[in-house]
Amino acid sequence: MIHQTNRRELLLGSGALFAWAYLPRLAQAEGRDPRFLVIVLRGALDGLATVAPVGDPDWQRLRGENALTIDGAAAALPIDSFFALNPAMPNLHRLYKASQATIIHAVATPYRERSHFDGQDVLESGFTHPGSADTGWLNRALAGLPAAGRVNPKQAFAVGPIAPLVTRGPAPVLAWTPPRLPPASNDTMSRLIDLYRHTDPALASALEERSALSAIAVGGAMGDTSKKAEMVTVIPGAAVRAYFAESASAAAKFMSRPDGPRVGALAFDGWDTHANEGATKGRLAVLLAALDGAINALETGMGDSWKDSVIAVITEFGRTARINGTEGTDHGTATVALLVGGALKGGRVFADWPGLKEANLRDGRDLKPTTDLRAVMKGILKDHLRVEDHLLGKDVFPGSQAISPLAGLVG
Amino acid sequence: MGLKMARDTRVQNVVALHRFGLPPKLGSTDSIGDTRSALSAELDKPDAAQIKNNDLLSSGEAARAAFDFRQERKAARLAVRAQDEAEKQQAKEAGSSEDKPSAQRNNAAKPNPGPGLPQQIYLEESKARLETALAADTGFVERLVWFWSNHFCISADKGGVRPLCGAYEREAIRPHVTGKFSDMLLAVESHPAMLLYLDNARSIGPNSFAGLRRDKGLNENLAREILELHTLGVRTGYSQDDVTNFAKVITGWSIVPPRQSPERGGEFTFNPRMHEPGTHRVIGYDYEDRGFEQGRAILLTLARSPATANHIALKLASHFVADDPPRSLVTRLSARFLDTKGDLKEVSKALITAPEAWDANPTKLRRPSDWIISALRVCGIKPPDVRPILQAQNLLGEPLWRVPAPNGFSDNSAAWMDGLAQRLDIANQMSRRVGDSLDPVVIAQNIFGALLSNETKEALGRAESRSQALALLLMSPEFQRR
Repeated sequence: MIHQTNRRELLLGSGALFAWAYLPRLAQAEGRDPRFLVIVLRGALDGLATVAPVGDPDWQRLRGENALTIDGAAAALPIDSFFALNPAMPNLHRLYKASQATIIHAVATPYRERSHFDGQDVLESGFTHPGSADTGWLNRALAGLPAAGRVNPKQAFAVGPIAPLVTRGPAPVLAWTPPRLPPASNDTMSRLIDLYRHTDPALASALEERSALSAIAVGGAMGDTSKKAEMVTVIPGAAVRAYFAESASAAAKFMSRPDGPRVGALAFDGWDTHANEGATKGRLAVLLAALDGAINALETGMGDSWKDSVIAVITEFGRTARINGTEGTDHGTATVALLVGGALKGGRVFADWPGLKEANLRDGRDLKPTTDLRAVMKGILKDHLRVEDHLLGKDVFPGSQAISPLAGLVG
Repeated sequence: MGLKMARDTRVQNVVALHRFGLPPKLGSTDSIGDTRSALSAELDKPDAAQIKNNDLLSSGEAARAAFDFRQERKAARLAVRAQDEAEKQQAKEAGSSEDKPSAQRNNAAKPNPGPGLPQQIYLEESKARLETALAADTGFVERLVWFWSNHFCISADKGGVRPLCGAYEREAIRPHVTGKFSDMLLAVESHPAMLLYLDNARSIGPNSFAGLRRDKGLNENLAREILELHTLGVRTGYSQDDVTNFAKVITGWSIVPPRQSPERGGEFTFNPRMHEPGTHRVIGYDYEDRGFEQGRAILLTLARSPATANHIALKLASHFVADDPPRSLVTRLSARFLDTKGDLKEVSKALITAPEAWDANPTKLRRPSDWIISALRVCGIKPPDVRPILQAQNLLGEPLWRVPAPNGFSDNSAAWMDGLAQRLDIANQMSRRVGDSLDPVVIAQNIFGALLSNETKEALGRAESRSQALALLLMSPEFQRR
């Protein structure tokens, strides 16, 4: 960790926040000044471990000891008689109670295979098939809006080709790089060690010592509890929290300025929890807590603009309904989308619940999708930013004319 | 059988490209074909190793600019001190016991001077070197430049050397990478950067004009390292007397003091007033005193020696092929070196055509700087600022032109194993910043072709994001080893 500073200083390209330099005119004509931020969780968020269907009779059977419940040591936070929120997300829970958060469950993009890259491609491009376009739906939505004027022209220098796909396209993009990135995640480390073990044992053993320290970090201190070990154990989770919060604060700072960009996107990696998922204490709990911290940082940083804000948290697909053989979950289908922000008519769960009975699972393994994520995004784009219907079905989400925007999310 | 042969040739071509060159740049569409011809063609290009950049200073210009810069800073410091003294005196005379305001003013007024001129020159040169490597075709010639630069290494941390590092490489190494070893040897050992680094600039013959007048004398550093590291190799039969006598012969190989000459300051000079007179015996031969020619004659003898040929052959083979290379390969290269009187283009061709160099499995770990540059090439990153790259090299233990000792950075893979975890962090940062704009699976197929293992391919395909896949690619055994 001595080298932390040096690592952070290795700035090579562009980073996490992308935003537009134009104000949406139609919404402003109504006296609103809407903000919209998309947070993409890459790696496939386990929606069932984030918002657990505690009222479903099959829930505990599927997840066993890993099932979130509303009692016990790590009790989930109830949001209605059926769903409960992961205990790592008290801020989201508070916002939900204050009608400033909305949960969409059993939601999915039109993608039905199980490749991350292709899934992310569909999620961010807005097309029904991967590899269809090099532009993202958020950008095309913006490009279709009549602009009231350019804001913050001084930041145009940061325009870069490396924005997340969802933001790429004809509308001009500002890019901002967070001053520091977290070190490689334990997940990346363990994937690499696994690769080395099968191909190059010498490289594997060279990396393993450090990995052993990191494993303590995520699993909670076991064995060596000397001061030095404790110090090492704290840092990775803290680095993730700091990175999420810092990115969110910067996004809020830019977007809350009178002349700041109104629409943006952030991407957070690390959600591919195949082994030792740790929904209540462990990797997923750390990530969800970091996400909850980011939401809090957005609320604080937006200040007065919070009342005009919608933040959408989306992911490429969900994870298997059952726990797998390594205390994790594999690639699935439906998941949750989280909406937060002062502009929402929140405190509601949108879920046409498919049930978790064997016969109700997709392919006998995944939560079945009953809501199209495009309907949700279209609802926000239409009612919050005033993107016109004909654009939504054609340019923004091509081939989605039959899917109506979900009404009543904002207002 | 025929099919297997064909596949083996394809794999061999990929292995050879990575072994001798650098991975293909992002967007290079040619599939890896006849690597031998491509490598050989790069050697045959005229001025293959030269950097074309008119903005870079010669070593003389750099030394004079650094000297002027130091003088100006010194003058500015003296002026500030004089002013302080005057103010203190005034305050005393005015009877005021408060000298705080003056101190505060000085603290507030002290601007951050930024990197000094020597560092600025160092950064400019680093950038030019990086850009050359990123633009290189197969990268074989750059790899040879790095090899020779490490063989004849210097350190920016030695007094006066920092502004000269880049010029040294451009003036003494690059022109001869596809030329004669003896020319490179002469250029190196008479270059101001080397004369400063190994102390010969101030080595004085005890019986020279200067030696008799002053109580200063011989410094054996350069003479010893020429024999031990640059030519014959350690324990090849030379004695302490040979070292001492050789050191005497090259007394007077020095530098024009910048304060003496605004035109030629910082450049090489043979100073007869420092030169030890007389005939000296070095490794079995007597060398008459013919001034500079006396030392030159010894260097030419050393360049022709079978021990030198063997030393260079072993270093080349262990740098490019294996930590412990096949004896037959070393013999082959050594013979070529002697047969061609040290023609480095021919020796390099012998290296890339040797069957041993083609058959060996990729076992060598890429050295850190090589790995960083390779990563930048495949990701298509052209860093606008060279400093983060230099910091990454520092972090991985191979700071540019800053060797810890005159034997250079290790060519043994084991020496670099410990840095693997740091490499992962750097790979992670690079990948996060390139974001999801690249397709790591396609890149892997382009740069490794038939060499790409199923395990690596699977790991990339299963990664949770493109950026994670890219980090895994940069860390994969295929990318680490050559």
